[in-house]
Amino acid sequence: MSACLEVTGLVAGYERSNPIVRGASITVESGQIVTLIGPNGAGKSTCVRAIAGLVPIEAGRIQLNGQDITTVPAHGRVATGLGFVPQSDNIFADLSIDENLQLGIPRHARREGRARAEALLASVPEFRERRARRAGGLSGGQRQVLAVARALMAAPTALLLDEPTAGLSPRAVTELLTQCRQLADEGLAILMVEQNVRAAFTVSDQVVVLVQGAVAMAGTPQQLSADPRLAAYYLGGRSPA
Amino acid sequence: MNLQVLLDGVVEGSLIALGAAGVTLTYGTLRFGNFAHGELVSVGAYWALLVAGAIGALLPGSLVTPEGFTATPALLIGLLAGAVLTGLVAVMIDNLVYRPLRDRGAAMAVSMASFGVSMAMRAALEVGFSARPRYYSDELSIAWDLGFARIAPDRVLVWALSMLIFMAVALYLTRSRTGREMRAVGENRQLAEVVGIDVRRVLRMTWLIGGGLAGAAGVGIGLLVQVRPSMGAEVLLPMFAAAIVGGLGSLRGALLGGLLIGWGEAVAVAYVGAEWRAAVSLTLLVVVLLVRPTGLFGRRE
Repeated sequence: MSACLEVTGLVAGYERSNPIVRGASITVESGQIVTLIGPNGAGKSTCVRAIAGLVPIEAGRIQLNGQDITTVPAHGRVATGLGFVPQSDNIFADLSIDENLQLGIPRHARREGRARAEALLASVPEFRERRARRAGGLSGGQRQVLAVARALMAAPTALLLDEPTAGLSPRAVTELLTQCRQLADEGLAILMVEQNVRAAFTVSDQVVVLVQGAVAMAGTPQQLSADPRLAAYYLGGRSPA
Repeated sequence: MNLQVLLDGVVEGSLIALGAAGVTLTYGTLRFGNFAHGELVSVGAYWALLVAGAIGALLPGSLVTPEGFTATPALLIGLLAGAVLTGLVAVMIDNLVYRPLRDRGAAMAVSMASFGVSMAMRAALEVGFSARPRYYSDELSIAWDLGFARIAPDRVLVWALSMLIFMAVALYLTRSRTGREMRAVGENRQLAEVVGIDVRRVLRMTWLIGGGLAGAAGVGIGLLVQVRPSMGAEVLLPMFAAAIVGGLGSLRGALLGGLLIGWGEAVAVAYVGAEWRAAVSLTLLVVVLLVRPTGLFGRRE
């Protein structure tokens, strides 16, 4: 496996004098799920939003498949192969399911994109039957699936997911994470922010613990489960495994 | 109510709807009420005057005007050129004034700046063309007698062209990728960016189409009434009222709102007095907002 997404010494935040992410370095290989965890306010979401191009970057470098995308604007990062699914408001509720998927298709690859959209609609009956209806009528779980599906329309090589299981039922959490695992097994690099640590540990290859904007620990779920520092950093004395 | 009033209202309403479509489009995408929209109406009317005048001077007598119409073929070319050029003026104003303010997050300042742009544009038109009214033609469009009502051929043309332009824009916005992108940017700009939409390009298109609609409405008003620097300012309130009554961001709302305001104004002129014309827009606006604050087709934000 090769490094697909490589973040080095990332410093980012909304105010220049007060960065939220402070020198984070994260590597995600093709076929891997790397989960970013940490206490509230650690800068997890800011980190993935900076990688997606939504938060100003003060220092550091972001490389995707060897290409430096640090200064590429957010919309341009999609064309380089980076997909991003925000935590909330991640679908266009007033547009139809079909239109949401169409928007994910890059202008330069319409034919392939349409074929991908049709294949997806064929495999998800809830979407196929309601493809012309407003996406705002979907359930929380269906919205997340649609948001991920829209990101996949551009055939990304790396996908950023910001708390994809937030607000979902236990069954929907399991289904969504299983689908993420399948996507990774097909070669996609996934960097995921997740509060549901127990669920995330079951599908992740690597876990990165972010504390106060910096990487405090990193390793496999097994390694971190056995490390008492994780509980101290994050779980208030309880091990996730 | 007699059919003549209904017919008059439909023609006036179609022009108001055209301008309201521009208002609703820029608001729906940018979340910004452009108070200089009225001056874009005037600019469109003057562009058409210049272009039609230039064609008339270069090709005298070569373009035949159909019987009964005063709208010459040169003016129809002027309409097209006026709409495109007004759209480009709107893009230029956004680049020079609104975008720098928007990029700094000064939402209120953008609206206030549009007041300034409105006054500056009107003053520029007065300096350039004087406040004297101009006409596209010295001829009169003699009304056809339909039996139940009379209507001038120019008014039929203005109604037909307004509807044609309206339908073309509606089709473009609902069927084209750019139209989808405009609606997406209006709903959630940040999400649009991470989906891969070039938001700046979409906003340029929004100004181009919104300005073009205002310009086209200006040519229609210029043909039916007269061309004056203040003509746009006078129709700004009915256009805003139509967009709000229909529901800001909704194109079909702009159409229905425009027709309602048009009918209301025609009724006021026929039965109450022309001086009550402007009051109709505000009264309708207040009544609709009291019953349905989002307008007829608007969605709660």
